[in-house]
Amino acid sequence: MERTVTVNVREVQESGNEAIERVDAEAVNSAKVRQPLYAARKKIHPKRASGAFRQFKWLVMAITLGIYYLTPWIRWDRGPYAPDQAILVDIANRRFYFFSIEIWPQEFILIAGLLVMAGAGLFLITSVAGRAWCGYTCPQTVWVDLFLVVERAVEGDRNARIKLDQTPWTLDKITKKLVKHLIWIAIGFFTGGAWIFYFADAPTLARDFTLGQAAPIAYFTVVILTFTTYVFGGFMREQVCTYMCPWPRIQAAMLDEDSLTVTYNAWRGEPRSRGAKKSVAAGKLVGDCVDCNACVAVCPQGIDIRDGQQLECITCALCIDACDGVMDKLGKERGLISYTTLLDYQHNMDIATVGGTKPINPALVRTAEGKLTEEVKNFRLGHIFRPRTAVYFSLWVLVGIGILTMLMSRGRLELNVLHDRNPQFVTLSDGSIRNGYTVKILNMIPEPRAFTMSIDGLPDATMSAPDIAEASDGKVSVEAEPDRVRTFKVFVAVPAGSLDEEITPFEFHVVDKDGMESAVYKTTFSAPEKK
Amino acid sequence: MDDARHIDGKRIDEKTGVETTGHFWDGIQELNNPLPRWWLWTFYATIIWAIGYTIMYPAWPMLTSATGGYLGYSSRAEVRDELATAEAARGSLVEAVRSEDVAQIVANPVLKQFAISAGAAAFKVNCVQCHGSGAQGSAGYPNLNDDDWLWGGDIESIYTTINHGVRYAADEETRQSEMPSFDGVLTPDQMADVAAYVVSLSGTPKFPDKVEAGATLFAENCASCHGSDAKAAKGVDAEAVKDLGAPDLADAIWLYGSGENAVVQQMMHPRNGVMPAWGARLGNTTVKELAVYVHSLGGGQTVAAGQ
Repeated sequence: MERTVTVNVREVQESGNEAIERVDAEAVNSAKVRQPLYAARKKIHPKRASGAFRQFKWLVMAITLGIYYLTPWIRWDRGPYAPDQAILVDIANRRFYFFSIEIWPQEFILIAGLLVMAGAGLFLITSVAGRAWCGYTCPQTVWVDLFLVVERAVEGDRNARIKLDQTPWTLDKITKKLVKHLIWIAIGFFTGGAWIFYFADAPTLARDFTLGQAAPIAYFTVVILTFTTYVFGGFMREQVCTYMCPWPRIQAAMLDEDSLTVTYNAWRGEPRSRGAKKSVAAGKLVGDCVDCNACVAVCPQGIDIRDGQQLECITCALCIDACDGVMDKLGKERGLISYTTLLDYQHNMDIATVGGTKPINPALVRTAEGKLTEEVKNFRLGHIFRPRTAVYFSLWVLVGIGILTMLMSRGRLELNVLHDRNPQFVTLSDGSIRNGYTVKILNMIPEPRAFTMSIDGLPDATMSAPDIAEASDGKVSVEAEPDRVRTFKVFVAVPAGSLDEEITPFEFHVVDKDGMESAVYKTTFSAPEKK
Repeated sequence: MDDARHIDGKRIDEKTGVETTGHFWDGIQELNNPLPRWWLWTFYATIIWAIGYTIMYPAWPMLTSATGGYLGYSSRAEVRDELATAEAARGSLVEAVRSEDVAQIVANPVLKQFAISAGAAAFKVNCVQCHGSGAQGSAGYPNLNDDDWLWGGDIESIYTTINHGVRYAADEETRQSEMPSFDGVLTPDQMADVAAYVVSLSGTPKFPDKVEAGATLFAENCASCHGSDAKAAKGVDAEAVKDLGAPDLADAIWLYGSGENAVVQQMMHPRNGVMPAWGARLGNTTVKELAVYVHSLGGGQTVAAGQ
C-alpha cells in the first residue's frame, strides 16, 4: 500500500478579482482511500475556518466550557445546616443539591426522568438537525476544538504545522512541541481539576488540593482525567468519534430524509473544474465547485464532504464556512455546501439530472441570467414541524411536566416502619400482647424539626418509645436533626383478648409540630393464634 | 502454487498486497497483517506493568516461599491492619464500657447504642441456643422480651444474673433457689386443688369447686416463696420473697407451661432451670454489653422490683 505524502502545493486560479487558494488536501478518511483498521492513524491538520458557523461554535465553546469550569463555584445559601454550593453531588452523605432542590437517594427517579428528557431532546435535535450534538456540544468536539486553538497558536495554521511535522528535530521544533504539549496537559489538569469540585465544597477542596491534604481519590481522579483529556483531545481526536463512540451509529439511525445534514450540493457543484474558463471554452459542463479543497482542509474529521454523507462526519459545519468564503470570492451564491435535507437534495438533483436519466448538468438549475431557478428547493423553517418531531417534543414535554409535578408535590417528610419479626409478638404478664417496630422518620429539609407520632386503627392500644422520654397521651414527641433520619424503637401493646384476628392492620401517623406536613405508614399488628 | 510476488525477500500476496507469513497449508497462506497499534501498545504496557508488579509485589515462587516484593505487601498483614484500625476506632467506646458500670452505660445514649450492638452480636453467639434468636425463649427457657423477671428486670439485676448465672454450682454468687417436690407432701387430690386455685388466679379452672380448698393449701405450702397473693416479687410480700426467684403465678406468663396439668407436674417433679455464669467465660465487658442488650428488648425496668 502506498502512503500518500501530503505536499503543500499552491495553485492560483484567477476568477473575478480575487485569488482562490487551492489547497492540495487529501481527505485521509475519504471513502476512496478507506483506511484499514490496523493502519496507523494519519494525522489531520485542520485549517482554521472563519464564518458564521465558526463564530457560533466559538460561542458554544465559551458557554459549555464556562458552565463546566464555573458551575461548582456558584454559591447558594441553604441555611446553617446544608452546604452552600449551588450544584453539589455529596456522595458521602448521599445528597444531591441543585440550587433550591435537594435530592435524596430514593428520589433519584427525578434524575432518571432528566436522563429520559435528555434522550428525547437528543432524538428531537437529531431528527431536526442531524448530529448537532456531535458537531457543537459534545465534550470531545469542544475539547478537541480547544486543543486545536492551542496547536494553532503555538505551531501556526495548517500549512505551518504540516511543514513543522516534516522538518527534522530542531531546537525550534522541540520548543514548539514542548510548549504545545505542556499547555495541553495544563488544560487536561484543569479539566480534571474542575470535575472534582462537583463532589465537594469547591473552595475548601481547592485549598486542600493545593496543600496536598485532599482525599487520595481527588488526586487519582484528576490524574485520570488529565490523562484522558490529554490523550483524547491531543492524539485520538476524530478516532474517538469514529471508533469508540457508539452515538454516531445510534444517531445515524435517527436521521431521516427530512433531517438537516451538512451536504455537498452536487447538483450545482458537479462537474468540478479547476480551470472553469478553459473548460467552458472547451464546451464542457462546469459546476460551481472549483475543487479548491478548502472544505477538506478545514475538516477536523479528515473527510471530504463531497463524498456524501459518511459515518465520520460530525456536522461541525466548518466546511460550509470554508466553501461559503470561496463562493463569495467567486461571486456565486453561498450554499454549495449547506445544511440540506435529503429530500430537498434529491429534488434538486432530479432537476439537474432530468430525473436521473442524464449526468449532472448544473446549467439546468440555473436561469439564463445565471441565478438558481425557482424550482430549486431550499430549507424552510416550517419543515421542522413533522409528526416525528412532534412525538419527540411531546415526549420531552410530558416527561418534563412529570418531573416538575413530582418535584412540586414531593414530600419532605417520610415515615418508614419495620415490624419486628423475631419475635413477632410478646405476651406480657398481664396477658396483653406487645409488638415492636423500628421507626424511621426522614426529615428531608435542612432544618431541625419536631414531630408527633400516633397510631390509628388499634382499639385500646398503647404506644411507648423507651428511647424517647417524651411519650404522653398515647402520642410520641420526637425531634429529628436537619436533613437526617431519626431511627427509634416503638412498642405497641393491646390488652388481652381485644383483637379477633392474628393480623390486624393499623397505621402510624406522624405530623410535624407546625402541622405543615404529615406522613402515614400502614403496617400490621401480630397476635398469637386464638385457642 | 506460490502466486505471491517477492519483494526484498518478502512474499507479497497478489490480491491484497500484504506480506504473508510464508506458511502454506494446502495452498492457503496467512497474511501477515500488522497488529492494531493500540492493541500492541496495550500489550507492551501490560508487560511493563507486569515487570513492575513482580518487583513491587510478592510474585516469584521460591523453594519455601515466594519473593516478598519491594512493597512488602501481604494480604494477611492487610487484614491484620484493618482489624487493628477497626479496634482502635472503637477503642474509646470499648474502654468506656469496660470502666463504667451498667447503669452509667444505659444513661449514655452513644454508649448504650454501642453496647446494644455489641451485646446483640454476643447474644447471637452465646445465648440463642437456649433463649432463641429473638430472645423469645421457649418452654423452660424464659422469654427475655417480656416484663416478667424471676431475678429482677432492672439493668443491675440482669447484669448480675448473666454474670453469675442461675443455680450454677461453679459460681459462688450464683442466683440460688429451689422449688421442692411436693410428691408425698401433698396427695394427688390436694395438688389438683392447688392447681385449680393457681389457674383461677389468671384464668378459668376446669373444676371451680376445688379452688377454695386449693387456696387454703396454697397459703400453707406455697405462699412462703410465691407470696400470699401468689404474685411473688410483684405482690404484697415482695420484700420477703424478692431474692427467691419464685415466679408470679397470677400472671399470663408460664415458664414450664400453663394449665392444671403443667402446674401439677411442676409440683411433683419440679424443674429448676440452670443458666451458666457468663462472667468468667466472656469477661466483664461482654457481660455488660449483653445486659444492656437484654435490657433494651422491651421488658427492661428502670428500678429494681420491690424498691
